[in-house]
Amino acid sequence: MSTAEIIARCEELYEDTTFAASRAWKEAVPGRKVVGFMPVYIPEEIIHAAGMLPLGILGGGDNLEVIHGDAFYQSYICRIPRSTIELGLTGRLDFVDGMLFPSICDVIRNLSGMWKLMKPGVYAKYFDVPQNYRDDIGGTYYQNEMQELRHDMEKLSGNTITDEALNNSIAIYNQHRQLVRDVYAMRSAEPWKVPSSEVYLVMRAGQVLPVEEHIVMLNEYLAAVVKEDKPIRDKCRIITCGSFCEQPPLNLIKSIEMAGCYVVDDDYMLVNRWLMEEVPTDGDPIKSLADAFLHHSADSSAKYCDTQEKVGQYLLDSVIKNKAEGVIFAAPSFCDPALLERPLLSAKMSENNVPHISFKYAENSGQMQPIREQAGTFADSIKLWS
Amino acid sequence: MNTATKPEAIKDASMLKQKEMIARNYDALTGAPESGKKIVSTFVPGNLNELINSFGLLNNLPEINAINNGMRKQSGAMIMDAERSGHSEDVCTYVKADIGMMSKGNIAPNGKVMPPPNLLLLSYTGCFTFMKWFELLRKEYNCDTVMLQVPYTGDGVITDNMRNFVVKQLKEEVIPALEKTSGVKFDIDRLRENMARSAKAEDDLVWVLESAKNVRSPIDAYFGGVYYIGPIFTAFRGTQDAIEYYQLLRGEIEKRMQDGLGPVTPEGDMGEEKYRLVVEGPPNWTSFREFWKMFYDEGAVVVASTYTKVGGVYDEGFRHDPTNPLESLADYCLGCYTNRNMPSRVDLIEKYMNEYQADGLLINSIKSCNSFSAGQLMMMNEIEKRTGKPGAFIETDLVDPRYFSAANVKNRLESYFQMVDQKRRSTRTA
Ligand code: SF4
Ligand code: SF4
Repeated sequence: MSTAEIIARCEELYEDTTFAASRAWKEAVPGRKVVGFMPVYIPEEIIHAAGMLPLGILGGGDNLEVIHGDAFYQSYICRIPRSTIELGLTGRLDFVDGMLFPSICDVIRNLSGMWKLMKPGVYAKYFDVPQNYRDDIGGTYYQNEMQELRHDMEKLSGNTITDEALNNSIAIYNQHRQLVRDVYAMRSAEPWKVPSSEVYLVMRAGQVLPVEEHIVMLNEYLAAVVKEDKPIRDKCRIITCGSFCEQPPLNLIKSIEMAGCYVVDDDYMLVNRWLMEEVPTDGDPIKSLADAFLHHSADSSAKYCDTQEKVGQYLLDSVIKNKAEGVIFAAPSFCDPALLERPLLSAKMSENNVPHISFKYAENSGQMQPIREQAGTFADSIKLWS
Repeated sequence: MNTATKPEAIKDASMLKQKEMIARNYDALTGAPESGKKIVSTFVPGNLNELINSFGLLNNLPEINAINNGMRKQSGAMIMDAERSGHSEDVCTYVKADIGMMSKGNIAPNGKVMPPPNLLLLSYTGCFTFMKWFELLRKEYNCDTVMLQVPYTGDGVITDNMRNFVVKQLKEEVIPALEKTSGVKFDIDRLRENMARSAKAEDDLVWVLESAKNVRSPIDAYFGGVYYIGPIFTAFRGTQDAIEYYQLLRGEIEKRMQDGLGPVTPEGDMGEEKYRLVVEGPPNWTSFREFWKMFYDEGAVVVASTYTKVGGVYDEGFRHDPTNPLESLADYCLGCYTNRNMPSRVDLIEKYMNEYQADGLLINSIKSCNSFSAGQLMMMNEIEKRTGKPGAFIETDLVDPRYFSAANVKNRLESYFQMVDQKRRSTRTA
């Protein structure tokens, strides 16, 4: 398959706000169940090991007309909860048997309770994670939370989740995470061959497809990219940061590229890359997942940084590793975690002479001209001064 | 205006006592460099005042400083300073008022310089903003920081896992950090004594808040309520001062009830009680008096409010328990209002609507605060559905004067009171 064919399929999945692919998976075998989850991270392995499909819900994007959702939120609250409510109220999520709302911010947190009120018959859970990274404190707490989730998933699916099944799911997700890392590494090495908008669409497909199918897709994409023959352009290498929850419109991602930037790292859909190292598959699976979370997981604004020295280090490390020449802070309007952390991150970049700019977006932003101009000026200034 | 309506005439003994307590506390904080006392900065919801005090440490609450600066109309400039230095216009204005206060020399309400804290105790209850707020402060102060993560009660219950997690953090993270800062060894008996004092004051606070169940309420449980919760939510829970304050307050309210009086307002005793309201959400501080006046001028009394539960929900029976001090502190943190899930918040409001015989629910939605605000429109609809009573929605901010539009709020309130009247008439004719 060519990259164009793969991307066309991904685009179709991206634009489909009825989640037809996930519905088809469910309908293929009687008794199958689907569990939706919101950003930023949940241990998908637990859902998978119960034989259910984890479905990443990232709002309605710019394809969905929000009619009811706006009546649920004031103008000064970000967009993703209102479009998610819209998805819920318009029947687009009627095939979803459970919803998980991970610990990321107060908006998603409160949405978990709104879901309970809105859909009393549907399983809905706020899934908490530790901000204390000691094994005997945060680790113990987290293991117990995961056991509770495991128990709930067993009940929801009607299947027992054995340690063996869970270790097997971890192995599959390890394979998936490795391929995701490979795609990112390939983009960083040869960004002219791997446009950011393509990586975005390929990763997005992973939110609605079964992991096994997405593994095939990632393999195909990696194989197809190698065959690509695209010219190297005089663009600067940048990282986008702050888009870990509400997603920018695809046009925005394309606009940054068109403005003269190669995006060599980003934080879209962190769930695919949250656990950064291979998780052991031969021990107590819940403990393995907890250890990975505490000691080898991605950093984001939704996490507490326990020492001053470490603040923003993840971004600086990425700048160094990916040889980035600048950072674009792109956060959704009214996004508390991203916007509160932004001054800390930008200070870290300034202290290390990494050029950076900031802007805000909404998932349905339509006007790209100002962003293109801002990113273009930024790219020009990097080229001029570096 | 007769003399009884002048603010000086309404200074009850409890008010004078509170004023003196606050002044003394600010003097202790600003005098710390001379006295050698150490300062812990922490937050109001889920604050560990009994524990902090048991080490002889002083407690500084940045939200309270922001409120003070808001009421003294200084927060606007502080917020703009913070925005100029790169803080987003979209985030909580308490954070920006705090950061702006620093850039203006960190002057406390007593006009003296607030010394930097020796420890940042991030008790992260009911709001994610706290987490990044203290990361921002840590960068400024470069001092020790300790974090207490309080899990959100997403399913409306406190589980053993949550409680054990908090207790373990108290034992192994928070107490050692307080020992290090203070140089004092943890003394559980001192903590128990403080907690026993807390429970006493909490009994009287609940009595005061519940006095509003009387039709012809002797208190306003929102505008007056924010003064009544002052000592228990801040640096005084667990002190003899708090016990005395609440005894005085209770006595005064008992007297008001005997005399058939309504709430005290800045302009004296309130006239006829025409509307009984439940209010959800924090008040606006920059135009607090003006906001309040819009209510008492219309004869509207707030009989119950959720904001007065943000630093602890006591009216459902919780008391600090000296026999199980750490577990009880954990339950306290876990049970604060904004740490409760949406269905529990709706249930609590519904209960208030019924038990306090309210005519309606008013939501003051705060631009700054997603913890409170995200979901409030749904809460209003739920309450209207469950109680048949009308709800109203106004939007302001905590300490950013740019988001208080007096004309809009007044208009909205006036039409709301008309709606309540209409509803009453239609209920009577039905
Ligand atoms: S966009 Fe930001 S504020 Fe909105 S739900 Fe996501 S993390 Fe929360
Ligand atoms: S967001 Fe709300 S709860 Fe959090 S610090 Fe600001 S005002 Fe307080």
